Amino acid sequence: MNSERDVSNTELLIIGAGPAGLAAALAAAPSGAHITVIDDNIAPGGQIWRDGPAAALPAQALRLRESVARCANVRVRCGTRVISVVGANALLLEDAEHGWTQHFTRLILCTGARELLLPFPGWTLPGVTGAGGLQALIKAGLPVRGERIVIAGSGPLLLAAAATARKAGARVLRVAEQASLGNVAAFAAQLRRWPSKAMQALTLADPSYRAGTQLVAAQGRQQVESVQLRQMGRTSTIVCERVASGFGLVPNTQLGQLLGCALSTSKGAAQALKVDALQATSVPGIFAAGECTGVGGAESALVQGRIAGLAAVNETRAAQAFWPERARWKTFAGLLNHHFALDPALRQLPQADTLVCRCEDVTHGALTQCGGWMDAKLHSRCGMGACQGRVCGAAAQFLYGWTPPVPRPPLSPARIATLLGDLADAPKDKP
Amino acid sequence: MTSATHVEFTLDGQALRVPAGISLAAALAVHRPGCARISVSGEARAPLCGMGICQECRVLVDGKRRLACQTLCQDGMTVDTGTRAGQT
Repeated sequence: MNSERDVSNTELLIIGAGPAGLAAALAAAPSGAHITVIDDNIAPGGQIWRDGPAAALPAQALRLRESVARCANVRVRCGTRVISVVGANALLLEDAEHGWTQHFTRLILCTGARELLLPFPGWTLPGVTGAGGLQALIKAGLPVRGERIVIAGSGPLLLAAAATARKAGARVLRVAEQASLGNVAAFAAQLRRWPSKAMQALTLADPSYRAGTQLVAAQGRQQVESVQLRQMGRTSTIVCERVASGFGLVPNTQLGQLLGCALSTSKGAAQALKVDALQATSVPGIFAAGECTGVGGAESALVQGRIAGLAAVNETRAAQAFWPERARWKTFAGLLNHHFALDPALRQLPQADTLVCRCEDVTHGALTQCGGWMDAKLHSRCGMGACQGRVCGAAAQFLYGWTPPVPRPPLSPARIATLLGDLADAPKDKP
Repeated sequence: MTSATHVEFTLDGQALRVPAGISLAAALAVHRPGCARISVSGEARAPLCGMGICQECRVLVDGKRRLACQTLCQDGMTVDTGTRAGQT
């Protein structure tokens, strides 16, 4: 192996180039430290500021990206993913061409969140995507002009996806929110406390928006042809070409867990990385910011990123100045999670023959026979496929109350050459 | 021909011309419904999460396994989904 290519060193490594990661890099840059930001997507921005031919980025996103680009000591590498952990201060990375060992002194995890995708009859049909998934695909150029689309699930992301789809020329026939009208209205009424969020209240006037409406099934032969929804006990069928369904967000904790970072234990909430007031995790030298520490939105991620970036270069007092702002957004996150809490009736969504694990094609019926994750893996290979349980793990936590399995390396499917390079480098890289 | 505004590549043996800058996951939809792979029980699957998590859009790009949603369409690349085997 070519050691010059396969080993790299940086003082501060930041995983994720979304709002938290970019804010962390910008906050840490004046220290002069050598900073590397990696992201597995095509362009920086994370999910909320995803760039692409059909994306219109807000001015704030462009300013932050340009500010980071102007820092000579910050390098942003997109199209790069973490494969595994190599010793105490090194990660195995891979891009489209090769793999290498990346050493670091300090690390900030800004790994974001993924959509909670819940299984329902027909959800494996082509034409069914996540709600944020549809938005991401459209920004990346997916042609939807003239298509009839139904968006269902929960949370403000449904409206954002609807707006993106309409702008791309799609006909959004229905936005179905599972939360009750009372909860949605109570949430909207609170938004004036966060003026930058007040615009969202206006979009709630969307004529296709229905609260208290649940997905029943997507139907079609080779692809989606219609969708069934239920509102106040009445089921209706809407003919459409696409169904976009998402039930909120789940923090991406896998890399943090693999590094040994503790998880927070808030009642009933999805697992998140535990951090202290300076965004430090339980592992010395490793910080975390943004959605991976608990879902709270882009503004929360920005201020957490700033604090983490400053703390990582020992600017503790400067970091403390941002504590009040962080607290303000934490209150917002609490409201969001409270008012869009999932109806337990959604556990009845999958039928016995509905697939829950899409990688290994394991049905809901098979999983209801299992006592927990270990049992499910032994009997069905559930969660052992390419996505490593990222989709079915979060679904099974909601459906069956199973704690998601502890991640194991490799974190994502890797090329043999990358893994062999790891073995070749490992002896001389050990401290 | 190749231009600044479009790129050309091969998808399952067929030449395809798409706007420059779009992801491979977006380009798959040119052949509706835009399937990327066949599941272990034989179902055709299309991109789901759009953000590199679900792995449903994995395809072979120049012989290497890649996620279509995290791959930019580029001139001259050869993409195989395995969903049209036996049809061409």
